[in-house]
Amino acid sequence: MKKLHVNVSVNKNELEFLCNPEDTLLDVLRNDLQLTGTKEGCSTGDCGACSVILDKKLVCSCLVLAAEVDGSEIDTIEGMADDNKLHPLQKKFLEHAALQCGICTPGILVAAKALLEKNLNPTEKEIRYWLAGNLCRCTGYDKIIRAVMDAASEMRNENGSNYS
Amino acid sequence: MDQITPKPIKNFKVIGTRPLRPDGIEKVTGKAIYGADLSAPNMLYGLLLRINEPHALIENIDISFAEKLPGVKSIVTFKDFIKINPNNKYNETLENCIANEKILYDGHAVAAVAAINLKVAKKAIKLIDVKFKKLPFVINIEDAMKKDAPIVAQGKKNENIPDGFSENVVQYCSFGHGNLEEGFSESEKIIKRTFKTPSVHQGYIEPHACLASMSNEGKADLWCCTQGHYNVRSICSNIFKIDNSQLKVTASEIGGGFGGKTTVFIEPIALALSLKSGCPVKIVMSREEVFKATGPTVSSLVDVKIGMKKTGKITAAEAIIRYEGGAFPNETYELGAQSAFAAYDLKSVKTEAYNVLTNRPAQAAYRAPGAPQAIYAVESIIDELCQYFNQDPLYVRILNAAHKGTKSSYGPTFDDIGLKATLEAAKNHPHYNTPLKENQGRGVSCGFWFNFGGNTCVSLNINFDGTVGVVEGNPDIGGSRSSISQMAAEELGISLDKVKTIIADTNSLGHNDVTDGSRVTFSVGLATIKAAKAAKNELCKRAAKLWGIDEDAVIWKDGYAYPAGANAGNQEPLSLEDIAKVSSQTGGPIAGHYEVNAENAGVSFGVHLVDVETDNETGHTKILRYTAFQDAGKAIHPSYVEGQMQGGSVQGIGWALNEEYIYNNEGKLQNPGFLDYRIPVASDLPMIDPVILEIPNPGHPYGVRGVGETSIVPPLAAINNAVSRATKIRFSELPLSPPKVLNAILSKQK
Amino acid sequence: MIFAKPSSEKEAISLLNETSGMTRILSGGTDVLVQMKSGAIEPELIVDIKNIPGIKHIKAVSGGYEIGAAVSGSEFNNYPGLKDFTPGIAEAFDLIGSSQIQGRCTLAGNLCNASPAADTIPALSVSSCFAKIVGPNGFREDLVKNIPTAPGKNSLKKGEFIKSIIIPNRPDYSSDSYIRFTPRSEMDIAVVSAACFITLDKNQLIKDLKISLGAVASTVVHVDGLCDLVMDSKITDELLSKIAMICSSSCKPIDDKRGTIEFRSHVAGVLAKRAMILAHKRAGDKIEKIAR
Repeated sequence: MKKLHVNVSVNKNELEFLCNPEDTLLDVLRNDLQLTGTKEGCSTGDCGACSVILDKKLVCSCLVLAAEVDGSEIDTIEGMADDNKLHPLQKKFLEHAALQCGICTPGILVAAKALLEKNLNPTEKEIRYWLAGNLCRCTGYDKIIRAVMDAASEMRNENGSNYS
Repeated sequence: MDQITPKPIKNFKVIGTRPLRPDGIEKVTGKAIYGADLSAPNMLYGLLLRINEPHALIENIDISFAEKLPGVKSIVTFKDFIKINPNNKYNETLENCIANEKILYDGHAVAAVAAINLKVAKKAIKLIDVKFKKLPFVINIEDAMKKDAPIVAQGKKNENIPDGFSENVVQYCSFGHGNLEEGFSESEKIIKRTFKTPSVHQGYIEPHACLASMSNEGKADLWCCTQGHYNVRSICSNIFKIDNSQLKVTASEIGGGFGGKTTVFIEPIALALSLKSGCPVKIVMSREEVFKATGPTVSSLVDVKIGMKKTGKITAAEAIIRYEGGAFPNETYELGAQSAFAAYDLKSVKTEAYNVLTNRPAQAAYRAPGAPQAIYAVESIIDELCQYFNQDPLYVRILNAAHKGTKSSYGPTFDDIGLKATLEAAKNHPHYNTPLKENQGRGVSCGFWFNFGGNTCVSLNINFDGTVGVVEGNPDIGGSRSSISQMAAEELGISLDKVKTIIADTNSLGHNDVTDGSRVTFSVGLATIKAAKAAKNELCKRAAKLWGIDEDAVIWKDGYAYPAGANAGNQEPLSLEDIAKVSSQTGGPIAGHYEVNAENAGVSFGVHLVDVETDNETGHTKILRYTAFQDAGKAIHPSYVEGQMQGGSVQGIGWALNEEYIYNNEGKLQNPGFLDYRIPVASDLPMIDPVILEIPNPGHPYGVRGVGETSIVPPLAAINNAVSRATKIRFSELPLSPPKVLNAILSKQK
Repeated sequence: MIFAKPSSEKEAISLLNETSGMTRILSGGTDVLVQMKSGAIEPELIVDIKNIPGIKHIKAVSGGYEIGAAVSGSEFNNYPGLKDFTPGIAEAFDLIGSSQIQGRCTLAGNLCNASPAADTIPALSVSSCFAKIVGPNGFREDLVKNIPTAPGKNSLKKGEFIKSIIIPNRPDYSSDSYIRFTPRSEMDIAVVSAACFITLDKNQLIKDLKISLGAVASTVVHVDGLCDLVMDSKITDELLSKIAMICSSSCKPIDDKRGTIEFRSHVAGVLAKRAMILAHKRAGDKIEKIAR
């Protein structure tokens, strides 16, 4: 079987790869592009550990075929910090101890970032429903929700000054 | 988030603060390397062939077609292991990884393949031809105990099993004291009920993964996500008949375990595939494999009988506990029997417990293994008695609570414990006194866990620049590197940023028991403090040398060496950094070590309050408010103590409301995925309010108790009691899933 | 397996028509990929339709809307006016999966996957929606409720695929609703669901009522004869109890890991009642709004 040739931009880097037609975007990110920050928890779209942004939309990369993404822009956890400056969400997750084992953390951060990009003032309920597709078994979600609320608040304040 | 400190304890500088965790940046940027994240040059992909039958006799496994498939490099079955070491000590563990003569549960592996990629491995798996004969199977406790039940495994029965059961009843124990008959005759009401809980899975988000490399010369390297890499080494080196020293096991970052990663499932298989192929082999489980073939907790059938006076005083208590933990013997029944009545000061008490084999995957530890099931039954009956006598459920628990000097129901006499203080904190909390509306109920339950100590080994190295490296051997499952660093900094009197803690591989440090039993902050903390003390002694010696005075004339205080008194001289105090910088001239590098089989871990109690609302037309339960109180001993890093309390509470909520292994009448698991095995999602829950109490453990220099497990114990009964009060119907079976609750509501209306 | 991403309807049809083995349309892939992973299906050809012109459009058409086959849940719910026009379909669409799934899942996919528990099928059915279908024999239309034929099976013929779904115009004072029961608040498959479409006159008298129930039979149950029963009446507790009873007895559910026969039948009545109250309120609000 001939492999398919795909061009993508991942975290603003122009890349190309070859894949089998049945390979998922998650397979390619982890195994071919060595971007192992995106985690595999279930491969059926039920846990959210593999969340990435595909053309500005939050998706489970386990439910996207690699062949589909030709010409797309993909953002993963590895591109979330700006050089060495952590994103406010990343900073707040550390401050609030919003991670224990950390395996769900990349997916939750990517998902939370997608939420705050469309709504910088979400209620607790909105955050809980938005993140319902990201399972965490360690924290009981409490500190995660608080961290997202706090990050949103900080970003709103920065927005007033220089955050864009 | 209140913190209640009944007794003032030592003033700390670093302990009790909430620093950022040292491994945090890696974990929020995706750089941390977990089990499945590592690859090696020339690596093969391993895959297991699993049979979807609950019980069958294997007649033949034909690998000849699969072997010929291009890209297949090795195939193993149980026979390969027999060739390596027919008398290994861990045969049952191995038989759970790969079937020997019989398939013992739905999803049991029978063969494994290593190939150049997963696509080829998948093809090869399909080419393996397994001939087997189906056998009658048994899934549930009641059925398995019956005299004429299908027998899961012959010859496993212990000698002390009472008559009248099938051979599946393999283990038995009993605990207690006093005169039950007399006790019950003193009571004014006796309630007896039978309670059931399902198998539930730990549900860690990271599937098991490992990367193994083994050569014919008996040398091996293993990378895996585990709660105890030394245990992995013990098991695997025995199975492969090699020296401990020749198998280096490195623990990856671990994506949750909760007890489920305390044993091996794929590690021996990957090593065997590597040995046979000569290449490194990586195995990553799928989610379905995790549910089908790794350990859920035991399911239970528990009879509890309690007698009470109308004053609320318990006069006698008895429990008969039956646990089912799959196809292999295990010790969880004993922990259930010991913990059932641990929260109470009882004159007459007895617990008996049985372990029963079934055609289910071998149970593995799950957070306070064995305690939630037994305590669920006990705490539910106590609540029913409180309702019967119209007594306040917290008052009654305070009245009967175990305290310092209580002879526990399982034997030992308690030292300082925080149960009464915890109950009183709950009783005085605003949550307990908030009014409820129609269809709402409030539930209360106590919880208990023993906490472990165990074999522990720590090295603490003082670098020439005055920084400190702590080397410990327990995988960090929830922030322990932070608390260990904090204890080292506290003891040495230096700032936290000078300390870095790492987790050694099995060749770099002596044996450490598994990260389990809530032992790490206690035991590794203890060893770290002692290692720091040893280092301080050496620092004092070096200062003495520099000053030219006697060793005993130097003392260590707040990070500095001081002359012990006026007679010793009036030298300027030397900092740790001052001494470290010149240590090369005073005798070489400075280090402290400590090795211990730690005891006196100090038991831990918790009390949970929950408010629920039930929908009487659908049977749905919503958690409205949740507050968890726990005696943490000294909380080293309060955020991570709270995190343990919150996480355990939510696992318990899942257990109480929706989680269960569902088997069909063919003995096959119906819900091996996160869609139908319903762990709580963020939108199901309110905030979980933690209230930490700090009653110091006399067995630890800083008063630390384990905190990780107790929090999963109370939610089961707390929610059962809340739903029972909201619906005015007593429930005695988990989960309280909507069909079950609605059925009870509709039956009552008829 | 072959992956194809054609840029025209025609090309897609001929690819689908010329492949002898199993073919699957890929838009969101939220069902297809799961089934491929589990080994339940092994398609010979996957046709990604997202490059076909117009397939991602939402268009207002003759008082209703045309929803392209590749329009995702989040695109639908963010489209101005759609949620107000059909709150029932919007809430059904929104209930499919997580935020991640919302970025991918489609009405056409939910329909063709033909799960008895599909959220949007009852909601589309009560609103008399239909599908525009293209295939080797040209173009045809069919009502949504005729498309699923059995669990996992649909009435599309070789080479055909759905191009768009039409949500037709509705009389004044009409509205709809969708309610499902799941043990968890999210990330679950409906154990039972109910969709309701209602039309009132300006005196709050019922002029039309349709209720469809999900997950209570092998395909969605469209409850018959409700219109005659309620014509020109006002909503009362008595009427609601009667509707609940009729709905409960219309179910032919099974016992499975997600629910029992008794539970599904009983809760179908409860949800039908609740869905009707909700749709009625929405339609009633329109009377007030227009009167103002």
